[in-house]
Amino acid sequence: MKWARVMAIVFLLGVSGACLLANFIAPASYAHQFREVPDASPSRQHLLGTDDLGRDRFSRVLYGTRVSLSLAPAAALLSSLLAAFIGGIAGFAGGRVERWVMAGTDLFLSLPWLFLLITVRALLPLNVSPIVSVLITFAMLGCLGWAGAARIICADARALSQSDFILLARASGSNGLRLLWRHLVPNLKPVLYAQFWISVPVFILTEANLGILGLGVAEPLPSWGSLLRELEGFSTVTGQVWRLVPLILFIAVVSSFHLVLTKEELIV
Amino acid sequence: MAAFWNASRRDIHTLSALPKLAAKILITVVIGGFLGATLVRLAPGFGVDEEDLDARLSSQSLQALRATRANDGNLFVFYFHYLDRLLHGDLGKSRTLQRPVLQLVAERLPETLKSVALGLALGWSGGFLLAVAIVMSRAWYLDLLGSLLVGVLLCLPAAVLALLFLLAQAPSRLLLGLVVFPKIFRYSRNLLARSSALPHVLTARAKGLGNMRVLAWHILPTAAPQLLALLGVTVSVAFAAAIPVEALCDLPGIGQLAWKAALGRDVALLVNLTMIVTLITLVANSASDMVGKTFRVSEA
Repeated sequence: MKWARVMAIVFLLGVSGACLLANFIAPASYAHQFREVPDASPSRQHLLGTDDLGRDRFSRVLYGTRVSLSLAPAAALLSSLLAAFIGGIAGFAGGRVERWVMAGTDLFLSLPWLFLLITVRALLPLNVSPIVSVLITFAMLGCLGWAGAARIICADARALSQSDFILLARASGSNGLRLLWRHLVPNLKPVLYAQFWISVPVFILTEANLGILGLGVAEPLPSWGSLLRELEGFSTVTGQVWRLVPLILFIAVVSSFHLVLTKEELIV
Repeated sequence: MAAFWNASRRDIHTLSALPKLAAKILITVVIGGFLGATLVRLAPGFGVDEEDLDARLSSQSLQALRATRANDGNLFVFYFHYLDRLLHGDLGKSRTLQRPVLQLVAERLPETLKSVALGLALGWSGGFLLAVAIVMSRAWYLDLLGSLLVGVLLCLPAAVLALLFLLAQAPSRLLLGLVVFPKIFRYSRNLLARSSALPHVLTARAKGLGNMRVLAWHILPTAAPQLLALLGVTVSVAFAAAIPVEALCDLPGIGQLAWKAALGRDVALLVNLTMIVTLITLVANSASDMVGKTFRVSEA
């Protein structure tokens, strides 16, 4: 399945590139309203038509994809770093520290984090700006998603700390921090890498769930959640199939993230 | 496998561990509730309400409204009062719905439990049976079809599935089954495939044992503890998915209640719902772990 992996990477790079160049590619700003043509069909001016408020759908898809594709990896990076720090220290220290930290991790894992997310998201100030809302939403995802990865990293760090090369490094006089930084962290990289790639689609899906429920990124800033929310008004009777483009792109991007991981990494 | 049914002595040990387990669950729920309340309290918009922006209200009215929320201001006081009330069987009153939380939960929890149970039954029967069929038949086309279906389902958020179900006018009660199905299928297929490649299974096949016998006597007992652990995990997945599903499909369960509470910034209701779901998840996980451990011990 190497070809599928390569295709997925190329597709993700292509979509990311298009989103990064949204300022040049998009025919209008994501918030600009063409009030004379609300809910318009695709045309040369509006490739995917306009939404109920007359905003160009193609521009909104580009900007929304940019928001989700840049912030989901950022949240995944945050959660992977937290997992590396917490799991790494626990696994390296072992004994009582590991027991306590893992008990805390278990507690965190048993919390229904979608309930916590909607709770905290709902309590954001009513006058919060869209940029702040999007940053807080993804920061929360990053802060709540570390526990599962921390368990895996802890187990790996424990196994590594008992390995021969660490014993040798200890015997050569390496202290705790040096051991951690020079020997343990580089060997944890593959697990961290896998955890990062696993987290990205999870966060994209969670943001989409929150967005559809009206608890995601605040309007007018688009994200996949708010773009998919448009499906609420979709009807097979009217046959506006172009409204399904954000959904198709969403499925393609999330499945590409799944394909990027090899079978072994998925098992990790 | 026969050892499992004769493991009554081990069962007694398991039963004696129940009080310890119950205490552990209780402590976790209390800490979990406190963490939930802390998150809520530290959220940037805590104490700010839509009514604060209502230009029709006078400053005295606004002050009176803020005074009613002042009790929630100090986290420890809020949580102490909450626990005190909880010990007296009072979960407080929902600010938005103006009804006792206990009453709301009692009305809506059975609905969610019914949906979750149906969803788990459907998801498990579909996912597990498909995984068994693929592993036992070793048919590549079945594997490809299953993988494609699961691949697409894993890329769809529960909320989108709910919208698509609404669009197709399909029965929304089946939706939770579709949410847990891909996770069950993928995990069980990997697990069963790994178990079926073990040396003792290969030996059994080489000795000419039939497919069903190999499955029942050699593959399933090896995979059972992990499958049971997966059962616990799928309970929490189903409860999490209940929020978008019930909110969008208008099912009157606790998922919809949580969504309404979130939109209405109803702290008391949200903290209670979080604790109830944590409790259910913990009980389900502990029960599946316990059965899994008993299984493992009796296998050994």
